[in-house]
Amino acid sequence: MDIFAQQLVNGLVLGSVYALVALGYTLVYGILELINFAHGETTMMGSMIALAVIGALFGVAPDLPGILIVLAGLLVAIPACMLLGYSIERVAYRPLRHAPRLAPLITAIGMSIVLQNVAMLIWGKQYIAFPTTLLPQGRHDVFGASITDVQIAILVLTVTIMAGLVTLVNRTRLGRAMRATAQAPAVAQLMGVNVNRVISATFVIGAALAAIAGVMVSANYGQAHYYMGFLLGLKAFSAAVLGGIGNLAGAMLGGLLLGVIEALGAGYIGDLTGGFLGSNYQDIFAFLVLILVLTLKPSGLLGSRSVERA
Amino acid sequence: MNVLEILRGKAWLTAGLLLVGLILLPFLVEASLGKSWLRIIDFALLYIMLALGLNIVVGYAGLLDLGYVAFYAVGAYCWALLASPHFGLNLPFWVILPVGAAVAALFGVLLGTPTLRLRGDYLAIVTLGFGEIIRIFINNLNAPVNITNGPQGITSIEPISIGGFSLGKTQEVLGLTLSSPHLYYYLFLLCVALVVFVCMRLENSRIGRAWVAIREDEMAAAAAGINTRNIKLLAFAMGATFGGLSGGLFASFQGFVSPESFNLMESIMILSMIVLGGMGNIVGVIVGAILVTVIPEALRYTGDLQQAVFGKVFVDPADLRMLLFGMALVLMMLLRPSGLLPSKQRRQELAEDAA
Repeated sequence: MDIFAQQLVNGLVLGSVYALVALGYTLVYGILELINFAHGETTMMGSMIALAVIGALFGVAPDLPGILIVLAGLLVAIPACMLLGYSIERVAYRPLRHAPRLAPLITAIGMSIVLQNVAMLIWGKQYIAFPTTLLPQGRHDVFGASITDVQIAILVLTVTIMAGLVTLVNRTRLGRAMRATAQAPAVAQLMGVNVNRVISATFVIGAALAAIAGVMVSANYGQAHYYMGFLLGLKAFSAAVLGGIGNLAGAMLGGLLLGVIEALGAGYIGDLTGGFLGSNYQDIFAFLVLILVLTLKPSGLLGSRSVERA
Repeated sequence: MNVLEILRGKAWLTAGLLLVGLILLPFLVEASLGKSWLRIIDFALLYIMLALGLNIVVGYAGLLDLGYVAFYAVGAYCWALLASPHFGLNLPFWVILPVGAAVAALFGVLLGTPTLRLRGDYLAIVTLGFGEIIRIFINNLNAPVNITNGPQGITSIEPISIGGFSLGKTQEVLGLTLSSPHLYYYLFLLCVALVVFVCMRLENSRIGRAWVAIREDEMAAAAAGINTRNIKLLAFAMGATFGGLSGGLFASFQGFVSPESFNLMESIMILSMIVLGGMGNIVGVIVGAILVTVIPEALRYTGDLQQAVFGKVFVDPADLRMLLFGMALVLMMLLRPSGLLPSKQRRQELAEDAA
């Protein structure tokens, strides 16, 4: 098997997940210039809720087709996360919209601690296994790499969702309101846009994407954990910054690119450093990329906005 | 007449009473709450040092640093490597402490240099990434050359020993039997006093005012002739020095260090001490540090409460305290975003913002 092709495939799959989560960051940042720190936890919640539903349903009706059970989990997790995203905005961010910039960042951190611990109290500290047997187990050979059915589904679903999101933002009334709010909230309000509703909608859309990403990542790796949202969120944020935060295409590109960088980096770091550093350093790539981008080109690959603001 | 009125205008008397109180505190705590609380108070003192160090970076210079724990880790590991059987070294503390603080300061500059252009949220995320990188390296630098002993950490670290007087065991002093945490308490108290003194002097110095100027408006500060690059790096280095110092003390006090002690949560804890107490205000930061250290410990007793009310323990109190901590963080920001004891300047700013 070709390591390069294999890592490329793995990276693209991982990158799709990053991209979906990164879209949530970028949507919110584009409108509010706020890092929704609790977004990673929304992803985790999506994954956990879906797993709980899948587990329960499998216990009640084990004869149902596996794919249907997983779909049911996803369909419960999405609205649950949308509600969560809405509540987070209402509780933690809206009251602080005109407060000093540090304040919403701290509440966001507080919210993510709360969500993590709520998840831990409900589902415990152990890893929860995703019943992967429910999903098709096929493997295919593409250019010397092995790709599973689940991975293909993740890639296809991601592309579909991205296309849908782009249409939503560019072609619908809500999308136009979102773009207007991002450009100038006060003017948008004068033009009859209900800014608060647009902001809520943004959080809800981001949360829905996060829920899907959460289910994808647990289906791909076969497990979920109450702490998984933290690192995932951080990497997705790095991806959003890499692509240019506030820019939808940037988040998608950044996510895919970061996934590939990480997978290739983990695959080759051993050879590159003569065995000194191993694949257990995989997690530092996201941060290195983040630091490099922010120092060399703070606006990201596709971003045009200036970062220079207090 | 009430006590406060008697003390008004008598700074020496107040200071004297405070000193006597602080010296007697460990005896009272040990007698009333037990030995474990003495250790908690020692940790509170360590956190005061850390919080005051971070306060220089965040409170004075306005540079939001979410990776502060990295410097704490660097200081702790410096101590652990230079005074433990791991490398067979056992250098005296007056060599290690400056080395640890200096290495931490170097890391501060290392972090500061690439982030000079960043502000606000971006800086927060990059510093957070920096902290994680340091932790990942500490966690993995056990192969192929074993430097940090990986996730197991380094054990049997030597306690501080001053001229043959070891703080690591119970000692007889002036006819009193003092346990190791008790002895460390006085050392830490001394260090806190030193850090507070340095901070107070810095606050009203040329450098302190330059930091505040940068926080308020970097461009205006540069226009006024402040070398913003050096002053910002100095803030990072200064904060890191205090972090490294506390790290060293932590390693010797604890006797072992492992990467687990230096995760992001720790950085957030230290930041929340400053935010809770009141950014940029020394007294506020001290109060915040004490509250954030002591309250989660006190929440351990919620187990007894659950037992008393429901007849059984529903939720492990250790799990509950982080949840309550997160809620407190959110509520605090919603209700009192400037902290319990905001600095005078901050209060003015917030009033302006609201207007």
